[in-house]
Amino acid sequence: MEAVNGRFGIHGGQYIPETLMNAVKELENAYNHYKNDPQFNAELTELLNEYANRPSRLYYAKKMSEDLGGAKIYLKREDLNHTGAHKINNVLGQALLAKKMGKTRLIAETGAGQHGVATATAAALMGMECVVFMGEEDTKRQALNVYRMRLLGAEVIPVTSGTATLKDAVSEAMREWTNRIDDTHYCLGSVMGPHPFPTIVRDFQAVISKEIKEQIMEKEGRLPDAVIACVGGGSNAIGTFYNFIEDEGVRLIGCEAAGRGIDTYETAATVNTGTVGIFHGMKSYFCQNEYGQIAPVYSISAGLDYPGVGPEHAYLHDIGRAEYVPVTDDEAVKAFEYLSRTEGIIPAIESSHAIAYAMKLAPQMDSEQIIVVTVSGRGDKDCAAIARYRGEDIYA
Amino acid sequence: MRRISEAFNRSKKVFIPFVTCGDPDLDTTKAIVREMAANGADIIELGIPFSDPTAEGPVIQEANIRALSNNITTDDVMDMVAELRNDVDVALVFMTYANVVFSYGIERFVSRCAEIGIDGIILPDVPFEEKREFDDVCQKYQVDFISMIAPTSEDRIDMIAREARGFIYVVSSLGVTGERSQINGDIASLVDRVRLNTDVPCAVGFGISTPAQAAQMAGISDGAIVGSAIVRMIAKYGKNAPAEVGRYVKSMKEAY
Repeated sequence: MEAVNGRFGIHGGQYIPETLMNAVKELENAYNHYKNDPQFNAELTELLNEYANRPSRLYYAKKMSEDLGGAKIYLKREDLNHTGAHKINNVLGQALLAKKMGKTRLIAETGAGQHGVATATAAALMGMECVVFMGEEDTKRQALNVYRMRLLGAEVIPVTSGTATLKDAVSEAMREWTNRIDDTHYCLGSVMGPHPFPTIVRDFQAVISKEIKEQIMEKEGRLPDAVIACVGGGSNAIGTFYNFIEDEGVRLIGCEAAGRGIDTYETAATVNTGTVGIFHGMKSYFCQNEYGQIAPVYSISAGLDYPGVGPEHAYLHDIGRAEYVPVTDDEAVKAFEYLSRTEGIIPAIESSHAIAYAMKLAPQMDSEQIIVVTVSGRGDKDCAAIARYRGEDIYA
Repeated sequence: MRRISEAFNRSKKVFIPFVTCGDPDLDTTKAIVREMAANGADIIELGIPFSDPTAEGPVIQEANIRALSNNITTDDVMDMVAELRNDVDVALVFMTYANVVFSYGIERFVSRCAEIGIDGIILPDVPFEEKREFDDVCQKYQVDFISMIAPTSEDRIDMIAREARGFIYVVSSLGVTGERSQINGDIASLVDRVRLNTDVPCAVGFGISTPAQAAQMAGISDGAIVGSAIVRMIAKYGKNAPAEVGRYVKSMKEAY
């Protein structure tokens, strides 16, 4: 669906300081111009294909499908993209757009570090300055990605305010943008924030479902019965869903990080436990208390450890088009290990939430049915943390 | 609402101090408000704490955390204002974030404001394009929804100014709240452009801490707003802050 005045149903909008309003208007105008510009699109396609390794594979996970004994499972291998996750799709689009707008500096927030790494990568490639804000807690959980960003020439600023996680990194990136607008583009990493970001990021990630559709038609001659992706802010999920929204026979399933369970306070499952609110530039669902104070959420996954969800997901939930299911830390870790052993693919702990739900769903379906699961990123970055979860210190 | 226009009519150049409610506790906030009023504050900005104040610099962010760690709620702040209104007649405006108002229920929030004697509401994350949802209710209850204008507003100034009520909060600089040694923006031309569109007065905020800065900003507008410098004082003196804040307000007002 297209946002009307930046709204998806009641969600979305532009709840930001007046200081930033002309900047988001400028961005919206530039995007509306370049999205229909053949040269811009040719340059972006070239970058996606030659640099980022698109199209990504749609891999039939035969062993996993047979082991689970139900639906045929295909994996959309975004983990094979350059930099190891779907984040690069959006970043190349936004960096190219920023460059066309005459910006010379990219700032970004990052949770797990994948968006930060992708932004640092694009900045290096395009000769732009780059500053990444990352919660101090996350710089510890994802030390490898901090080093990668620095290696790529970016400055990484650890954020100590609030819960020192993704939410605070977004707040700090927004503050920095109000401080320096002229030469700076805020390269937001998910389908969230003020309009036009949810639309821009979705459009750049929609390549995922565009490819899935072509690839599954070629392999199976029909559409899948369900597509599954993990949801934090929701960028790989909206990318996975977008070209199937009109195909009502395709179930759209988003997997939220339930942390220690949706009946505990240690959860980040926004659609399952949150209420409508206004934060980080948008109206959407948020984990918050009765007075609107944003909750300190929790997930083992730094990339899903966010108290909100993109406005288009909130809308897809409201109209019942997409389902949002909770997946706990424990289920995700088991799926992380399962896919590694069964298919020889180590998924990101974020993506493992989607794998975990596919493991539950597939056995309930018959062998004629098809599930596509997006493996949004690779899991190398998570090995130390998962080992720790299992009581092992691999650096000891 | 009435008290805001009276303040500008009476003082010509107003002084608007800010305090985060519940930092370090509500009794201290009450004493601070009384000291501010007694020492010449024309309008007082009362911050309702929010967990993630994205327009604030570190000083006010920390005040929000201190207040929330005391479990201060929106209802506690409303009750405090109701009590203050027994003896304080200065104009009072709330400064908070959209989600605090939205989660309380916009109509419930604004009607309670009117009941306890709050004259205006400032929401830094609600720009012109999103204000209808809040402003319509504010108008119904005769509470002024305060508009903001920034150095980057440019061609937006006209439409914002034409619909402004109470006063216009002119943001002096880019970035978030916090003291600045120098304020570089061309604020006079922002104010001039506002005046082409409306008679609603302008008060300048962000970055002001010294009497000289306040006098300079009030000189080119209708008043000055000071937040972080006062909040820093409260962080330093804690429960003993009211007298210090009173003396500071007096010195700022005397510099005009």
